[in-house]
Amino acid sequence: MDLHEFQSKEILSRYGVAVPPGRVAWTAEEAESIARELDARRFAVKAQVHAGGRGRAGGVRLAATSDQVRSIAADLLGTTLVTEQTGPAGRTVRRVYVEAGVEAKRDLYVAVLVDRRLGAVTLIATRRGGEDIEERVARDPSIVERLEIPPDGIGGADYAGFAARLDLDGAAGEHAAVLFRNLVQAFFDLDASLIEINPLAVTAAGDVVALDVKLVLDDNALFRHPDLAELRDVDSLDPVELQAQRNEINFVRMDGDIGVVVNGAGLALATHDMLRDAGGRPANFMDIRTTANSIDIARGLDLLFGNPGVKVVLVNIHGGGMTRCDTVAEAIGISVRRSGRRLPIVYRAAGNNAEFSRTVLNNCGVAYMPADDMAHAVALAVAAARGEAA
Amino acid sequence: MAVLVDLGTRVLCQGMTGRAGTYHTGRAIAYGTRVVAGVTPGKGGTRHLDLPVFDTVAEAVAETGANASMIFVPAPSAAAAMIEAIEAEIPLVVCVTERVPVLDMVRVRHALAGSKTRLVGPNSQGVLAPGVCKIGVMGTVHARPGGIGIASRTASLTSEIAANLSAVGLGQSTTIGIGGDPVHGIGFVDCLKLFMADEATEGVILIGEIGGSEEEQAAEYLRAEKPSKPVVALVAGRHAPPQRRMGHAGTLTIFGRGDAASKIEALRQAGAIIAPDAHHVADAMREALGRR
Repeated sequence: MDLHEFQSKEILSRYGVAVPPGRVAWTAEEAESIARELDARRFAVKAQVHAGGRGRAGGVRLAATSDQVRSIAADLLGTTLVTEQTGPAGRTVRRVYVEAGVEAKRDLYVAVLVDRRLGAVTLIATRRGGEDIEERVARDPSIVERLEIPPDGIGGADYAGFAARLDLDGAAGEHAAVLFRNLVQAFFDLDASLIEINPLAVTAAGDVVALDVKLVLDDNALFRHPDLAELRDVDSLDPVELQAQRNEINFVRMDGDIGVVVNGAGLALATHDMLRDAGGRPANFMDIRTTANSIDIARGLDLLFGNPGVKVVLVNIHGGGMTRCDTVAEAIGISVRRSGRRLPIVYRAAGNNAEFSRTVLNNCGVAYMPADDMAHAVALAVAAARGEAA
Repeated sequence: MAVLVDLGTRVLCQGMTGRAGTYHTGRAIAYGTRVVAGVTPGKGGTRHLDLPVFDTVAEAVAETGANASMIFVPAPSAAAAMIEAIEAEIPLVVCVTERVPVLDMVRVRHALAGSKTRLVGPNSQGVLAPGVCKIGVMGTVHARPGGIGIASRTASLTSEIAANLSAVGLGQSTTIGIGGDPVHGIGFVDCLKLFMADEATEGVILIGEIGGSEEEQAAEYLRAEKPSKPVVALVAGRHAPPQRRMGHAGTLTIFGRGDAASKIEALRQAGAIIAPDAHHVADAMREALGRR
């Protein structure tokens, strides 16, 4: 679960992480009055959207006066921000964060995450921060310093040594070592999957201040954190994808004309690869989770039948121990009846109860084009989308 | 005959008395797996599916000689169940449970280090040696005994490819689902080592997907070891929607991009045969075996 910058900063400041003073504004007037209260020489006005690359997309701007803060906020609020991570549709800016500017002597990139290869929590950092961090690391991976954290020894890791490796000495070194330890503590306490500070500013006085913070929580651990689960910004999620998730279906909207129904993420990815190779354009990505029943699946299919852009439906089910083919067929029967649309359906089923599932479809009065295997199914769907007989 | 399991495999099920545990243990028994016990804390001394139930794994092992565990314990307690099995020194532990918190898996990985256990999963469909033993939840209708080993990160695609293999006359020695979670037990490299050492396995199929570094690690192993058996690899997700590919700024490149193209290139350069798509995996393996 992604948290907004203002939420992340509030949570991390409880762990002693220094952040610039600031608050959230929903209107330009509110932004101006926050700036007046802050009484600083410089301000940053930042769009609160769940996406990286905000700065380069114009979502983070600096102001010298509270008047400027108001006009920047008026500019940002209600607009759609398109960054390299949002996709072409972008994200609507519903609120901005107004904070005091910080005079940085230098800045770093710092993150805590789980290194999948080691299976261990790892602190990483580079000597210089900024939005071009990915490109710089891609050019020279050796600029990244790492510190592996023992699973039961948050206090046992050498944070001071890590600060020294980053050329932080004196007061800055001491403050950074404390910050690193606090970040790791927060990572464990919060069941985070990522804490990223970019940039971490070092001031002339040797203070370390987190200018931008990204906190991502492990969805699978939210049962341990009901208070944090409440922070989810439902407005920022695609309503269609949210409805699918509530019905045990992973769903991503795309802009093509072939609705895709598949069980399992791997089979779904493989189906998309073949569909695109054959010149087809999927309208969605769908992965029916093993825990979905026919009612859940039918609700997921409603999203697809309700999409006027869908011209053909491609069903590719490999029934395993958890999802049987007839469960999906039953869901198709329910959803087709409910939508009343007569879309061409290409039906390919293998594995558990494949034969029986075709009987279920027939009994529901669903007309379909049977396919023998994935390649056949893909060819039929692409032809039907082009208005050709396969 | 197979890797990880054989005719001497005696399975206990942690969480057998739950709904999923009951259903899948029944299916495993019907397939011919020797299930010998269930473990559910607080239900020791009772019987379920006509099998004895114990409070702890250690008791179940002492009483029944179980040497493998299949875990269906719900996510909040799954890590504790895995660690209990590791501490009881069970050689093979297969965890089916999905949505285990990643920090719990960090603790499990720590418990695994230096232990006598091989962990498969979590979020795994399990291990299947067709005709010999099934530990997990995979479909078995199209699986046939034979000489192809499959290591996979994804369940339904494994059944698909096993079915295609069976259709061209290539049975499977063992299929292993290493699981889809970021931190898990055995990986592609462990599976490759097992299959290369197994006399019954003639060729190996790796079913990968975008994200993580399993494929890159497999490529490193293949480049260093140059094994004699053919390895056919499929990496799903060449055309994944951007939201499935998106990661977090900075962290992606630092741990490798994990996109399909770079994984495919790494495996190709290491000598693996790349299947263009799921439909051509079985044919690619048949050709590779025919050339030898």
